[in-house]
Amino acid sequence: MTDWNDTAVALDHVSKTFGDKQVLQDITFSVAPRETICILGRSGTGKSVTLKLIIALMKPEAGHIWIDGDDITQLEGQELSRVRRKMGFLFQNAALFDFLTLYDNLALPLQRLTRKSKPEIEEVIDRVLHQVGLSGDREKLPQELSGGMKKRAGLARALVLEPQILLVDEPSSGLDRITASEIDELLLKQKQHTTMIIVSHDVHGVRRLADRVAVLEHGRLAALGKPQELEHHENETVRGLVMEE
Amino acid sequence: MPEKKAPGLTKGLEATGKAASFTLRVIRDAFRAPFELAYVWLELTDQGWRSLPLIISSGLALGLVMTLHTRTELIKFGAGAWIPEIQCLSFFVEIGPLVAALLVAGRVGAGMGASLAEMRATEQIDAIEALSIDSFKLLIVPRVVACFLALPLLTTFMDFCGVTSGFLSEHFLSHISLQLYVARAFRGVEWSNFIPPTLKTAVFGFIIGTVSCFFGYTTNEGAEGVRKAATNSVVMSSLLVILADVILVKLIFVLYPESAL
Repeated sequence: MTDWNDTAVALDHVSKTFGDKQVLQDITFSVAPRETICILGRSGTGKSVTLKLIIALMKPEAGHIWIDGDDITQLEGQELSRVRRKMGFLFQNAALFDFLTLYDNLALPLQRLTRKSKPEIEEVIDRVLHQVGLSGDREKLPQELSGGMKKRAGLARALVLEPQILLVDEPSSGLDRITASEIDELLLKQKQHTTMIIVSHDVHGVRRLADRVAVLEHGRLAALGKPQELEHHENETVRGLVMEE
Repeated sequence: MPEKKAPGLTKGLEATGKAASFTLRVIRDAFRAPFELAYVWLELTDQGWRSLPLIISSGLALGLVMTLHTRTELIKFGAGAWIPEIQCLSFFVEIGPLVAALLVAGRVGAGMGASLAEMRATEQIDAIEALSIDSFKLLIVPRVVACFLALPLLTTFMDFCGVTSGFLSEHFLSHISLQLYVARAFRGVEWSNFIPPTLKTAVFGFIIGTVSCFFGYTTNEGAEGVRKAATNSVVMSSLLVILADVILVKLIFVLYPESAL
């Protein structure tokens, strides 16, 4: 039996179905601490579902998912919250709470999950907003932010609790090349001290960020390796996804 | 193993079970810390304060129409002096509570269902869960509690507006003084004609809040889900409010026999 205790994240024979559709089938891979792995694949191959399974927003029909030594598929209540707190999640459309200002979006997890005083919370939020370049926008509502600003705000909220593991869903979707590159830069800064799992279609960004790439095809893991290695993979889809235009 | 498609009856039972379990969770979580008072206040402002113009205008219009209708018939029988009392009793006992509840089901119920469905579609609810925050406690409980508290207050406003516009109508038609109108209006009114019917609207509020939140929170169909949640919230909560009214009126008659007209 494999020992998953030394890994930050490990998927062990994970399968997921929606009704009659098998989205993921027998997926096994692990991510080492402070490693960045990018998941590539055509639309509808289960990339975003993989991220949601890792943070237990969905449960798999089969298999186990180990987060820092805990099987998150078996956890509920307080135990699940404890493990989830090790992770931050940047959603595809940022998923900012539209009834709260940017400041309150970031303050909510700090108020709920830490014992920080109000000045300490202010300090953390100012630091994180400065980090993502949104210092002057803290009182704005999400609908007043542009697409790129929303992504940066979503990243700020994901980072505010200083997670060990960062899950990122399509960081460059809907953004122009320059703005996407700015988001990549922010993620690169996190790379040294955070384990990252990034779902992306942007090969350019993937090649800058990824230590390894996992390619999903028809719900199965078609390839796993360094981007340069996968350029010569026998599977045409894998080569097509990893090669830059 | 892939799930098999459930037949109609099984699906119906499954939906009923889910709704029952949702309702029980609302009740259990309402008594469990943290109590989210700031969010309850926010919702109370939104549901209560912003519904007030609709409640006031409807109460005034209904009071006026009601007086105009009853006066023609009562005058024929020489019972014009009964107009204030009939106006007062009908508003306190039935019109105020039921109309206020149906108006709130339309305005607040649709809004709650749609906003929660929108939050589901845009992954905001997933984002709350991903932050290790209980989304049910944060989003559902304050909405239901606010609806539970707001409806008796809104009903009181509707009663007041109905009686006030009844007086204004009578004053212009028969030049009755305020003092005489009030004396006649409250001549046969007991506390049991006002308090139990007003308090029963707290149950209506609970129904509207829970049903609307159920449709909004449990949908997962994007924009179509938002539309369905808004429609189902209004239709189902209005229907359940009317059914609950029948049961609660009977219960009030059993507990307060003197309130039966």
